[in-house]
Amino acid sequence: MNIVNFTPVESLTGGIIIGLAVAMLYLLRGNYTGISGIYSNVIAVKGSGFVWGLFFIIGLIIGPVILSFLSYNDLGFTMPTTNPVLIILGGLLVGYGTQLGSGCTSGHGVCGISRLSIRSIIGTCIFVGAGVITVFVLQSIGWVSL
Amino acid sequence: MIIKNIIIPLICGVIFGIGLVIAGMTNPAKVMGFLNLFGNWDPSLIFVMGGAIFVSMPAFLIIGKKMSTPIFNKKEGFSQQLKKDIDSPLIIGSTMFGIGWALVGFCPGPAIAALTVVDGNVFMFFIAMSIGMLLKRKF
Repeated sequence: MNIVNFTPVESLTGGIIIGLAVAMLYLLRGNYTGISGIYSNVIAVKGSGFVWGLFFIIGLIIGPVILSFLSYNDLGFTMPTTNPVLIILGGLLVGYGTQLGSGCTSGHGVCGISRLSIRSIIGTCIFVGAGVITVFVLQSIGWVSL
Repeated sequence: MIIKNIIIPLICGVIFGIGLVIAGMTNPAKVMGFLNLFGNWDPSLIFVMGGAIFVSMPAFLIIGKKMSTPIFNKKEGFSQQLKKDIDSPLIIGSTMFGIGWALVGFCPGPAIAALTVVDGNVFMFFIAMSIGMLLKRKF
C-alpha cells in the first residue's frame, strides 16, 4: 500500500456538507437521502416519490453548476475506465444492484450507518469489499492503471 | 405543498451536489483510488463518509428524540426503515453494486451530479445505470 492523492480537508468539508443536506431533508421532510431510491422513484414514475424526487435530482445537477459559476477549483475529473463495454456493464450493475440491495453509498453508507442499521452496515461492507476486490482484479489484468 | 415537494428537495439536492463535488466524489479516478487498497491508495473517501456521518448521526438522534413529525411533512411523518433482515437480495445486490462502482468509479449520486461535466462516457454510464434500475423495478 502506498498513499497517494490524499485530500483530507476537501473530502471532510464535502462530507460535512453532504451530512448537512441529509440532516435537513430528514428534519424538514422526514426522508432519508438514499439517492438510488430517490432517483429510481423518479424514472419509474412512482406516485408519492416522483415530484419531490424529481426536484431533489434537479438540485443535485444545479449544485455543481453553481459551484462552477463560483469558479470553484474542484478535485478534477478523470475517468480511468474508457472502454464502453466496461462503462455500460458498470452502469447496469450499479443500477440493478442498488435496487436489489435497496441502497447505495448514500442510503446504506451514510444514512444507514448513521442510524446504526446492521443491514446497512453489512451492505456497506459488502459493496466496499466487492469494489476493492474488483479494482485489484482490474489492475492485475491490466485493464485499468491507477 | 410547494415548500414540501419543490423547495425543500431542491435546496437539499443543491447542497448535496455541492458537497459531492467538493469532496471529490464526482471524480471517478478518486473513487477508484479509494478502492485501490492494495495499490496506490487514496484514503479520502473515508473522510467523506466520516464527515457526513459526523453530522447526520447526531442529527437523526436529536430529531428522533425531540420531534414527532418532520417540520413540513406532518402527514407522512418520518420514513420508517422497511427492512431489517440480512437477506440474499441485500448480499447479491450490494455485491453487484460494488463491482459496478469499482468498474467505472461512479455510484448513483455522483453519476447524476457529474452530468454537468458534459462527457459522453458519463452519459453512457448514466443511461446504463437508469436501465439497470428500471430492469429491477419494472420486471
